[in-house]
Amino acid sequence: MTDRSKGEVWVFAEQEEGKLAEIPFELLGKARELASKLGVKVGAVLMGEGVEPCAAALVAGGADVVHLIEDPALKVFRSKAYRHALVELIKEAQPQIVIFGATHMGRDLAPAVASALRCGLTADCTDLQIGDYTDKKTGETFANVLHQIRPAFGGNIIATIVNARHWPQMATVREGVMKPLDAAAREARGANAGTVVRHASHLDGVEIPVEVVEIVRKASSVNLKGARIIVAGGAGVGSKENFALLHDLAAALGGAVGGSRAAVDLGYCEHERQIGQTGVTVRPALMISCGISGAVQHLAGMQDAAKIIAINTDRDAPIFKVAHYGIVGDLNVVIPKLIKAIRNKG
Amino acid sequence: MKTYNCVVCIKQVPDTQKVTGEAMKADGTINRAALPAIFNPEDKNALEAALWVKETYGGTVTVITMGLPAAKAILREALMCGADRAVLVTDRKAAGSDTLATSYILSQAVKRFNPDLVFCGRQAIDGDTAQVGPQIGEKLDCAVVTYLEKLEMDGDTAIATRDIGTGIETCRAKLPALFTVTEKFGALRPFQMRRVMTYKNAEPEVLDCAAIGCEDARCGFAGSPTSVNKIQSVVLAGGAFKEISPDDAGIGGLVAELIADHTIG
Ligand SMILES: Cc1cc2nc3c(=O)[nH]c(=O)nc-3n(C[C@H](O)[C@H](O)[C@H](O)COP(=O)(O)OP(=O)(O)OC[C@H]3O[C@@H](n4cnc5c(N)ncnc54)[C@H](O)[C@@H]3O)c2cc1C
Ligand SMILES: Nc1ncnc2c1ncn2[C@@H]1O[C@H](COP(=O)(O)O)[C@@H](O)[C@H]1O
Repeated sequence: MTDRSKGEVWVFAEQEEGKLAEIPFELLGKARELASKLGVKVGAVLMGEGVEPCAAALVAGGADVVHLIEDPALKVFRSKAYRHALVELIKEAQPQIVIFGATHMGRDLAPAVASALRCGLTADCTDLQIGDYTDKKTGETFANVLHQIRPAFGGNIIATIVNARHWPQMATVREGVMKPLDAAAREARGANAGTVVRHASHLDGVEIPVEVVEIVRKASSVNLKGARIIVAGGAGVGSKENFALLHDLAAALGGAVGGSRAAVDLGYCEHERQIGQTGVTVRPALMISCGISGAVQHLAGMQDAAKIIAINTDRDAPIFKVAHYGIVGDLNVVIPKLIKAIRNKG
Repeated sequence: MKTYNCVVCIKQVPDTQKVTGEAMKADGTINRAALPAIFNPEDKNALEAALWVKETYGGTVTVITMGLPAAKAILREALMCGADRAVLVTDRKAAGSDTLATSYILSQAVKRFNPDLVFCGRQAIDGDTAQVGPQIGEKLDCAVVTYLEKLEMDGDTAIATRDIGTGIETCRAKLPALFTVTEKFGALRPFQMRRVMTYKNAEPEVLDCAAIGCEDARCGFAGSPTSVNKIQSVVLAGGAFKEISPDDAGIGGLVAELIADHTIG
C-alpha cells in the first residue's frame, strides 16, 4: 500500500443534468488551503454521463486533477451506483481526504461510501483545518490530520472531530460556509492548470435497485447565498402581511429577504428563505435582523455577516450579542424610518 | 395481495430545543440529565410511514432502538400508536458508538426481522448527522431512498417521492428497501386509547450485541473511527454593539454611517 499521507485532497463535484452545483467550488477553495498545508494535489471527482465539459471549470476553480467517471448508469444520481463507482475509485487512487457538500446528494452518498470503506465521516462541518492530534488515552500523536469542526447538539456546542487511524478522512460541509477562489484567482489558474484522468465505473453487472421515474425541479426564485444585503424577519414581525415591510426595506437596499424558522413555521415566508442550521448559511456584507430573538440554531447561519443590525423590542434578546448595531425598539416604527432615511440619503 | 413487514429504527434523544444555561456543564459538555428525553421528531414520521403501510396494505411493524433501558419509554409510545413488536438493543459494548458502529449494530438487529421495508428518521436532533439511515442501508445492501415524502406500494416495488433539494423526485425501488423519512411525510397518529392501557408498562424484547451476532471490534469505541477531540460551548461574548436610538436622528445617523463606509448606497 502506498503512503496515504501523500494522497490527494478530494472534492466530490456534484452535478445535475451536466450542470455543476455551486458547492464544489466552495469546497475547492478550502481544499486548496488544506492541500497546500499537506503539500499534495487537489482532486475533483466528476461523475455522470456526458459531463466531461464540466472539467475545465473545476480546474479553474482549484482542481489539479479531475477524476472523471462517465457511465450511462450515472446519468441521474442514484445512491448505489454512485457509491459503488466512488468506492472503487477511492480504493484505487487512495486520496487522504474526501469532502462532500452537505446537500441532499452529499448527505445520501457520503455516509454510504463511509460505511462501505469503514472509515469515519463527520457531517455538516462549518470548518476544516489541518493539525496534529494526540490521543488522550494512548498518548499516541498523529501529524497533519483533518480537524473537522461542526456545531452539534442543536447548535449549542462546537465539536472538533478527528479520525486519525482511518483512511480516507471524510466530511460533508455545509453550503455557503467555504469561500470559492475569487474571479482573479480563477482567471490566473485558467483552464490548463490541471489534467483530466478518466477512470472505469466498475458498474458492469452491478444491480441498481432504484429507477428514477421523474424529477420536477423547483424554480428557485430566492438567492440568499449570493445576496450582499439581507433583511431577515422572525416571529416578531407578527403577520404575513407585515412581512411586506421587510420586502420594502430590502427593495430600498437592493437586498434579499430571509427569515427565521419561526417565521417560516408561522407562514410569514417560504421555507427556502430560512436562515440557520436547518436552512441556509449566509455571510452577507450587511444583515438586518428584525424581530428575531437569536436562537443558536439561527445564529449558526448568519453570525459571520460582516455587519449585523438587530431590531428587537427586548433588550436582552440574544441577537444583540452578535449584533454590531442594536436598535431596541418596535420594528413597525423603526423599519419605516429606515426606509425613509435610505431613500433620502441614498 | 402482498403485505409488508416493516422495521422502524427509533431513537430517544435529549430535547436540544430545551438547552439552557443550566444544561451546560462548566467544561462545555452537556448535562444530559438536565434535559427531557424525547422521541426523536423525525423518527415519529418514520413510524407513521410504517403504520400507514400496515394500515393500507397489511403487514407488521417492529420498532427497534439502540440505547439505555430508559429508551423503553419511546418503544412503549410506539406500541401505543400501533406498532406490533418492540425491541431494545442495549449493551455496554455499544457505548461510544459513532454513526459507523451504530449503523453496524442496528443493521445486525434489523436483519433478524428480515423486513421488506425499513424506515429511519432523516436525522436525530442530538447529532443532526443524518448518516445512520444510509449507512444501515449500505450494510443491508438494499435499495436506499433518502428524504422520503410520500410512498405507494406496487407489489415488490415501492414508488417513492423524495426531496432532492433542487426538486422532487419520483423513483421506483425494489424491495427490500430502506427509507429515511422527513416531517413532510405527515405527523404520527395519536395513541390508541385501548392500547395505552395495554402497553403502558410493556416490556420490550431486549437484545445485546452478542445476541444479534455483532463482532466486538465493530461496536462501541472499538468500532468507531471518529473521535471527539475538543468541545466548546457556544458562548456569546456579547454586549459590544453600538446602540442606535429608535428615532429619526438615531436612524438617520446609522444610515449615513453605512453609506460612508460603503456598506450601502
Ligand atoms: C434542531 C433545530 C434546528 C433549528 N434550525 C433553525 C434554523 O435553521 N433557523 C432558525 O431560525 N431557527 C431554527 N431553529 C429554531 C430556533 O431554536 C428558534 O425557535 C427560532 O429561531 C426562533 O425564531 P424567532 O427568533 O423568529 O422567534 P422568537 O424566538 O419567538 O423571537 C421573536 C422575537 O421578536 C421580538 N419582537 C416581538 N415583537 C417585536 C416588534 N414589534 N418589534 C421588534 N421585535 C419584536 C421578540 O422580542 C423576540 O425576541 C431550530 C431549532 C432546532 C431544535
Ligand atoms: N441509537 C439508535 N437507535 C435506533 N435508531 C437510531 C439510532 N441512532 C440513529 N438511529 C436512526 O437513524 C436516524 C438518523 O440518525 P442520525 O444519523 O444520528 O442523525 C434516526 O432518525 C433513527 O431513525
